[in-house]
Amino acid sequence: MRRYFGRKLLVYALTFVVAVTVNWMIPRFMPGDPVAGMLARAGVSQPAAVEAMRVYYTNLFGLDRPLWQQYASFWGTLLRGDFGISIWLFPTPVSTVILRAVPYTLGLMVPAVLLSWVAGNRLGAFAARRRLLDNTVLPLGYVLTATPYMWLAVILAWGLGVVAGWFPVAGGYSFSLQPSFTAGFLLDLLHHWVLPFLSLFLVALGGWAIGMRNMIIYELESDYASYLAALGAPARLIRRYAFRNAVLPQITGLALQLGVLVAGALVTEIVFSYPGLGSLILKAIQNQDFFLLQGTFMFIVIGVLVANFVIDLVYVVVDPRTRAGMAGARG
Amino acid sequence: MSLTVTDLRVSYQTLRGEVRALDGVSFTVADGEILGLAGESGCGKTTLGKSLIRLDGRMRHAGGTVELDGRELPIADDRAMNAFRFREVSLVPQYSMSALNPTRKIGRMVAELLRSRGETPDRAKLESRLAQVGLPREVLDRYPIELSGGMRQRVVMVISTLLDPSLLIADEITSALDVSTQQAVARALLGFRDAGHVTSMVFITHDLALTARIADTIMVMYAGRLAEKAPAEVLVEQPRHPYTRLLVNALPEVGARHAGRRLTGIAGSPPSLLDPPPGCRFRERCPLADDGCAEQPPVTEVAPGHHVACWKV
Repeated sequence: MRRYFGRKLLVYALTFVVAVTVNWMIPRFMPGDPVAGMLARAGVSQPAAVEAMRVYYTNLFGLDRPLWQQYASFWGTLLRGDFGISIWLFPTPVSTVILRAVPYTLGLMVPAVLLSWVAGNRLGAFAARRRLLDNTVLPLGYVLTATPYMWLAVILAWGLGVVAGWFPVAGGYSFSLQPSFTAGFLLDLLHHWVLPFLSLFLVALGGWAIGMRNMIIYELESDYASYLAALGAPARLIRRYAFRNAVLPQITGLALQLGVLVAGALVTEIVFSYPGLGSLILKAIQNQDFFLLQGTFMFIVIGVLVANFVIDLVYVVVDPRTRAGMAGARG
Repeated sequence: MSLTVTDLRVSYQTLRGEVRALDGVSFTVADGEILGLAGESGCGKTTLGKSLIRLDGRMRHAGGTVELDGRELPIADDRAMNAFRFREVSLVPQYSMSALNPTRKIGRMVAELLRSRGETPDRAKLESRLAQVGLPREVLDRYPIELSGGMRQRVVMVISTLLDPSLLIADEITSALDVSTQQAVARALLGFRDAGHVTSMVFITHDLALTARIADTIMVMYAGRLAEKAPAEVLVEQPRHPYTRLLVNALPEVGARHAGRRLTGIAGSPPSLLDPPPGCRFRERCPLADDGCAEQPPVTEVAPGHHVACWKV
């Protein structure tokens, strides 16, 4: 058990180091000069003043130092939990900017990922045993899962937002409101949340339903299912076993999907101007904000790693075969 | 009479038509009898075994009856058959190694299975049955992957016979085992019969030598029909049907050197059952065949308990 987790943790640590390094490299190898952008926005016309500001900012962000020093100090500050200062929202610390956006992204992602997983598995399992349902769920599932997130988002925004007028099409809340814990604001928040959630939920739902349907059919044809049927076990028991065993690969799928869904949330947030991490990434890129971009990516990397680790733990609990593997047994 | 099968016909639906895998087979198995069912691949022995407990989706009951302890088994009716499964007819399947749910501890799976059939799990009985096949009670707290193939096989044998069925079908259960494990399995089956856990047994195999050791009676099938049925020693020592004779001659003997005499096989292969030729099915490969064999030979009793379907005996 300890060796298993030791090995897992080592792999996660390595992944983390590589991700941090790539993360540090990407903004620095992007074309463009962030300080020049800031100066242009400041609109100072005196050459001497511009030069003084350039030196000040370059020095402030440490951009005058050699790359290896920047890299080393990046690690140093990172381990202290300091992501630096945002260039775009100067002088707000990156961590503050990210923490403001995180609740929106998590509030969108976590329900979308988990609910689509649960609902998709149920739907797929139902489809596997009713021909009529199978003939409708399967094609619908294929259409949904093949739909790009932003395309579905645009369709939903147009259909339910613009044409039907049921839901607002942009923002995390109405511009006339100040964020607060009042019923009015929370209701408004929920109202803005529905469309982005729905677009993420529906696309993921199709994939889960198809996967589950195929897995259940496979499990129902397995040897243990035939044996139970030969002993006259009721279909309910056989289906319960099949469902439980079919869920195992779906759990792995969930772990893999988490990383992809972050990207899905990105475009969805941009379509709906939702104030989460996705919109933040776009803003950071547009404004050459190295530190904000790094910070956001960092947050996503940590999120995916933690989610995967949790899935690893869950797997150990639900699948006895992993436990046997950990004990070094023949597997 | 424990089991009486009369003119049983079962066919497979395929894209090219109906394959008549079982074409009018009749036999009886007495209380306490172990019937060995032998023949080459595709002769219908597994189909026969399945017909007695559960037809799979592609199989169709085309005629004939199966009677167990005086009651007719509704073999074509999957739901009605459930009442008989496990309690009256049980199965040790060909795939015993993978017949247990991999994500349930064995004890829990057995309890869930019994409860789903309206039976109360009896831990003490289960443990004593396990002990009988040389398994410790701890296996109940293990997952199937934690046991060896042979152990899993014995666990399945114990589960299948837990409700003391009247008839046990053992389908090719020794095929995947090494010789010493085969012995243990054969002994366990005999032990179950002698202890009265099962009344009678149909032991399906392609291994004539092993069958001869545990079966009371052996029935040899060929291309969906009965070829010969006789007490085990008689069938091996004095086979009457030309197919059985060739089959027995093809068996290698341990210790015998075959330098001088090559082991003979049986030339040719069985006919297609999609549209089988009329008359004796073995005609094409039979050294004794003549024009008379164009007509189907009836099953005749040449000696008490010795049935042969051949014109030449």
